[in-house]
Amino acid sequence: MDLTFTEEEEAFRAEARAWLEAKVPRPPLPSGDTREGFALHKEWERALFDARWAVVSWPQEYGGRDASLMEWLIFEEEYYRAGGPQRVTQNGIFLLAPTLFELGTEEQRDRILPKMASADETWCQGWSEPNAGSDLAGIKSRAARDEANGGWRLSGQKTWTTRGAFCDRLFGLFRSDPEAERHHGLTYFLVDLRAEGVTVRPVERLDGDEGFAEVFLEDVFVPDRDVLGDVHEGWRVAMATTGSERGLTLRSPGRFMAAAARLTELYRRHADHGALDADPTVRDAVVRAWIDADAYRWQTFWTVTRLMEGGHTGPESSLVKIFWSELDVRLHETALRLLGSRAELVDGDDAAWMKGWQFALSGPIYAGTNEIQRNVVAERVLGLPRR
Amino acid sequence: MRFAFSDEQLAMRDAVRAFLEKECPPKVVRDAWTNDTGRSGLWPRLGELGVLGVLAPEELGGFGGDELDLVLLLEETGRAALPDPVVEHAAVAVPLLDDARTEAAAAGDLTVTVAPPSGLVPYADSSDLVVVGDQLVDPGALELRRRESVDRSRRLFALASPPSSINLASLDRAALGVAAQLVGVADRMLTMTVEYAKERRQFGVPIGSFQAVKHHLADVALSLEFSRPLVYRAAWSIAHRDEERSVHVAMAKARASEAALRAGRVALQVHGAIGYTTEYDLHLWMKRAWALAASWGDAAWHGGRVGRAILDTETLPEEH
Repeated sequence: MDLTFTEEEEAFRAEARAWLEAKVPRPPLPSGDTREGFALHKEWERALFDARWAVVSWPQEYGGRDASLMEWLIFEEEYYRAGGPQRVTQNGIFLLAPTLFELGTEEQRDRILPKMASADETWCQGWSEPNAGSDLAGIKSRAARDEANGGWRLSGQKTWTTRGAFCDRLFGLFRSDPEAERHHGLTYFLVDLRAEGVTVRPVERLDGDEGFAEVFLEDVFVPDRDVLGDVHEGWRVAMATTGSERGLTLRSPGRFMAAAARLTELYRRHADHGALDADPTVRDAVVRAWIDADAYRWQTFWTVTRLMEGGHTGPESSLVKIFWSELDVRLHETALRLLGSRAELVDGDDAAWMKGWQFALSGPIYAGTNEIQRNVVAERVLGLPRR
Repeated sequence: MRFAFSDEQLAMRDAVRAFLEKECPPKVVRDAWTNDTGRSGLWPRLGELGVLGVLAPEELGGFGGDELDLVLLLEETGRAALPDPVVEHAAVAVPLLDDARTEAAAAGDLTVTVAPPSGLVPYADSSDLVVVGDQLVDPGALELRRRESVDRSRRLFALASPPSSINLASLDRAALGVAAQLVGVADRMLTMTVEYAKERRQFGVPIGSFQAVKHHLADVALSLEFSRPLVYRAAWSIAHRDEERSVHVAMAKARASEAALRAGRVALQVHGAIGYTTEYDLHLWMKRAWALAASWGDAAWHGGRVGRAILDTETLPEEH
C-alpha cells in the first residue's frame, strides 16, 4: 500500500491545475441546461478538447491522453476544485463512449468519438418512456426493418431526456422484434435528432431550466451503420452503458470534495456572523458531509487500485450510486440550513446552493432509482432471493 | 497511489481468520461470559500465530510490522468476537514496553491492558500490567472496582482515578484498533443476517425476498463499504506518520462505530424475536458492537475531532 501519488501523477495534477486555474470561466457560465448556457458550455468543451483535457482517459487518436483511471480521478479532483463548469457532453463521453469502445465498430468509433469529445456533436440519452422508467424493459418504442433503404424506421416516444432540446443526437433502445418481450428483441440505435419525423418538446424541470425534453419519433429512418452492437441484443449493449453510469464514471469524488470544501467555507462565513446559535447541530451535518466526501474518495481509490491490477467491478457499483446521490442531497440540505431564511433566494451569490439542491434531488432518481439500486445490492451483492 | 494490501498481509489475514473460525466459535465467546477471566484461553496461541507481536521488532520475537500489518488481523478478531484485550495489548501497549517485556508480550507470556479515558479497564484482573497515562502499572497497585459490561465477555474494572491524560499516539492506535474490530463485528452480523433472511420463511417465501428487508440489509452493506476504506487509510496514516493521522483515525472510528450500530439494529430487526433471545448467538456480536462503538470515543466525539480540524483552524482546508 502506498497512499502517496507517484511523480507522474503529481506532474499530471500540476499540469491540470495550472491549465484549469488559467482557463476556467469567471464568473461561472450560466446553466448549461438552458439554450444560451448550452451554447457557452459547448465553447468551453471545445477549449477543453483543444487542450486535450476533454477526455483524458481516452486513447490519443480520439483526443484523449491515454490517462490511467487514477489520473482521470486526479483530473476530476482538479476540475471541480477549480470550479469547472458542468459537463454538457457527459452523456456522450461517460455513458455512450464506454459502450462504443466496448461494442462499437471501428467505423463508428472513428466517425463518432472525436466529434463527441469536441462537442461538435452532442448526445442525449433515450431510455425512459412514459410507461418505462425504473422498469426499463417495458419500453414500447418500435423499430421496423426498412430493407430497401438498408436501415430501420423508428416510432414512439422518449421522455425526461436531459438536454434533449439542445442536443444533436440521441442513443437509446427500441423494440425491433415485436414478438419478443421484456429484455429480448431490443436494439440499440444512434438517432439523428435533426432527421425527418423527429419532434422535440422541451419540458421545464424542477429548477426552472428547460433541461428536459420529450422526443417524439414518427417513422424516423436510421441507417444500419447507426445500430450499436447486434440487432435484438440491445439490452446487453445498454447494460454495458448503465454499468459505467452507475459505476466509476458519472460522478467522481472530486465533485463532492469540492462541494464539501465550499460547504466548510459557507460554515465559516456563518460562524463568523454568529448565525449558528439557533441550530448548533448544523455543525455536525457539515462534518458529516466532509467525511462522506472523504469516504467516497477512498472507496474509489480502493476500487480503482483493484481495477488497475486487473480486477473487475460489478453490482457493487450500485452501492456507489446510492452513496454519492444521497451524499449530494445531505450536503446541499446542510448548506440550505446554514443559509436559513436566505436559502430561498435564487439570485445573488448563494443562489447556487438552491440550484444545486434541486439538482441533487434528482440524483436518487436518475440512473436507476435508489430503490432499484438497493434491490440490486441485496440480490446481486448480498445474494438475497429475487422473489 | 496503490490502495490495497500486499499478498503477505492478505495471507496473514486468511491464516488468522481460519484459526479463529476453528478455535473461537460462538461457544468460546459464550463461555467467556461465565468463566473466571472473560477470556478465550487462546492467548499463547495468538502469540505463536504472531497476532500479539505484529508491532514488536523481529529480534524480540515480533513481526517487525506496522499498523497496516495489524489492522486486518484486528478486523478478524472482531469478526470472531474474540474475548481478549487484543487491541489494548497488540495495538497500544506493545510499542510502549521495554525489550524484555516486549519479547514476553509478543509471545503471549504476558498480557498488558490499557486504561482508556473512561477509566474502565478491560480484563485488568487477568493482565500483568496496565497502561495508565504514560505509566505501566501493576494492576495490584491500582484501586479497581469490578463493573459489569452489557457484553459480559468484556470483564471491566473501574479505575478509582481515571488517567488525566492519554498519549495521543496511544489514543489513535486504540481508536484505530477498535474501529477495525467494529468493521469485523458489523460484517459478521451482516453475514449472519443475510443467511437467516435466506432461510427463514414467512408467507411461504424467504423473508429476504421482501423489499423492506432487502433495503435494510443494503443499507448495512452501504455503511460497511464506505467505512472500511477509512479504517485502512487511517492505518496507513499512522504507520507512515502522516500529519493528519489523528483526523483520519477520527473519521474511521466515527464511521465504523455507526456501521456496527446500524448492523446490529438491522440484524436484530430482521431476525425478529429469535434475535431477542440470548440462546441465539446474535446478541454476542450486537452487545460487542454497543460496547466498542462507544469505547475510545463514540461517533459524535470523533466527529468533534474532525470538526475542529476542518472548521476551526485559521486556514481553509486546502486538500482532503
